[in-house]
Amino acid sequence: MESILQTTFPFAVIGIAIFLAFNGVLMIVAYTVLAERKVLGWIQGRIGPNRVGPWGVLQPFADLLKFIFKEEIAPDKSTKFVYFLAPFVALTCALMPIIVYPFGPPINLEAAGIDLAALLPYGLGEGIKQIPLTIAQLDVGVLYILAITSVGVYGIALAGWSSNSKYSLFGGLRSSAQMISYELAMGASVIGVVMLAGSLNLNEIIYAQIHSPFKWFIIPQFIGFIVFLIAAFAETNRVPFDLPEAETEIVAGFHTEYSALKFALFFMAEYVNMFTVSVMGTVLFLGGWYIPGLSYIFEPGSIPYAIFSHVGFLLKIFGFLFLYIWVRGTLPRFRFDQLMTFGWKFLLPLSLANVILTVIIVFLLNR
Amino acid sequence: MEPSLASYLALSGILFTIGAVGVIYKRNAIGMFMCIELMLNAVNLSFVAFSRYYSDVTGQLFVFVVMSVAAAEAAVGLGIIITFFRNKLSVDVDDASILRN
Amino acid sequence: MATALFFIFAGFAIACAISCVYHKNPLYSAISLIGVFIALACVYLTLAAPFIAVVQILVYAGAIMVLVVFVIMLLNLEEESPLNRLRYLYGIGGALGLVLLAQTFFIFYAVTKNQDKNLKPDDSVGQTLNIGAAMYTEYLLPVEIVGILLLMAIIGAMIMSRRLRRAKLELVVDNKEE
Repeated sequence: MESILQTTFPFAVIGIAIFLAFNGVLMIVAYTVLAERKVLGWIQGRIGPNRVGPWGVLQPFADLLKFIFKEEIAPDKSTKFVYFLAPFVALTCALMPIIVYPFGPPINLEAAGIDLAALLPYGLGEGIKQIPLTIAQLDVGVLYILAITSVGVYGIALAGWSSNSKYSLFGGLRSSAQMISYELAMGASVIGVVMLAGSLNLNEIIYAQIHSPFKWFIIPQFIGFIVFLIAAFAETNRVPFDLPEAETEIVAGFHTEYSALKFALFFMAEYVNMFTVSVMGTVLFLGGWYIPGLSYIFEPGSIPYAIFSHVGFLLKIFGFLFLYIWVRGTLPRFRFDQLMTFGWKFLLPLSLANVILTVIIVFLLNR
Repeated sequence: MEPSLASYLALSGILFTIGAVGVIYKRNAIGMFMCIELMLNAVNLSFVAFSRYYSDVTGQLFVFVVMSVAAAEAAVGLGIIITFFRNKLSVDVDDASILRN
Repeated sequence: MATALFFIFAGFAIACAISCVYHKNPLYSAISLIGVFIALACVYLTLAAPFIAVVQILVYAGAIMVLVVFVIMLLNLEEESPLNRLRYLYGIGGALGLVLLAQTFFIFYAVTKNQDKNLKPDDSVGQTLNIGAAMYTEYLLPVEIVGILLLMAIIGAMIMSRRLRRAKLELVVDNKEE
């Protein structure tokens, strides 16, 4: 009994952590949708949803119920298997990066004054010095996120192909072309940060920016930050790069033929992707969970320090999400040839120039 | 307990076999291209397995080179396929017989 | 634990590979092949090579296969026609498959029987730091050559897929329709 417990305990802890993280992120995503509708309403001089609950705070749950109880419709000549596979691919690939998010600083059990060995039975807590607030400390965190999000394009491309509709096919083709083009610029804009931090691990990158807000990589890597931001908008198919689902041109793009819960999966995937690129922007350029001056108030490693850092991390992400909504309320859409010209002839050379500049400066500083 | 080196090599061999048979059976150019990628991947697997069991980083670097070659092959190969399709409206390799007569 | 994961992903990889060869529709083959790549990335993780695993997904599943799927969708390929005049290829393919399979089993048998005493599995080999250090010191020349190869591939692909003159293209299409 004891040995079984000792073997399964780490898996149980990881399972609970994944469950909490997934549900937390999905809850934030649900309220991002509500916030988007409210903010867009204010930008356009409307009120926004306000019927379900006070100020409409229960609107996401009403939406979910509506999505669940609507009828599932599949087009007559669609390729059924691929048609059902596509939304799952999209949402799975959107959710998988959650395991490497650095949600907060590690809690040092000695500094926090907790004796885990005394709290847990069967000696389960022995030898644990600190609790990291990251599910998986991957050695290659940045590359992992880039890789998984690049697989996410299949969801959209396959949805467009399998629906047997010309609008969907246009949406799918546009999406795959756009994703390939802007992935390069995004990857190249991250290289500068990785060079300065000397690691691909997200927590190590945060530790390289700690001690002062002037060490945040947004200052030495400002060009990289701008390129990253633009490419992030394109990667998540948001205005002004929302050509795969441009409603004035191709009805609803790749999800024209999707209804009910399958549409909801695509919808959630888009917003989880927004969350992911916001996390990347926060971690790579804005210091992640680091709040200037917090270490003078609380001791690093204690529980209140972790909680306040976590709140700071979320606030930075909400800033990014607000920027997304703001841009959506403000800017018009690109034309497709403008999109390609902008991506290949402006953004990619700019990010490569940034990489070369960073190499030269790092080389001169380390001489 | 870890799987032995032999089991990785067996997996690599089986994948290579499937890819090789596929190249012969497939008649359209894209299918053949994909089977070649499968064979390259099988070889990569054995490189990584050797690299781990003999603690030598060379194997992993060779995988890197193979991946770059595969990417170059994808760019040029798909360019050829698109040009061929423009001329023949087909990607069946049996139609590539201009030089025969 | 690693053994169980290895056998799960190995089975998944082999099943996807067979499905890739079996399906006549190119898009189904492509989806199966993506499955193989992802399963192989997981197998690399059991080999303690996280960098190679991530690069495998990034390059193969994220870039090469997206291009392939894009081309399949662009050309709107139908199911391929069965073999018509190259029937003897069935025999050759089967024979080749049998030979390779026999060779695989021989390798498995031989490697299992003669365990090498020099094996020293080491987890640090697959770390990004070690790969990067080796790449830019000992193996700098191959990396440079690969860079030049990629540049040549870019130029070659651009020249290859340049659009034909409009009149010539229409001529070809008209001939086919007649």
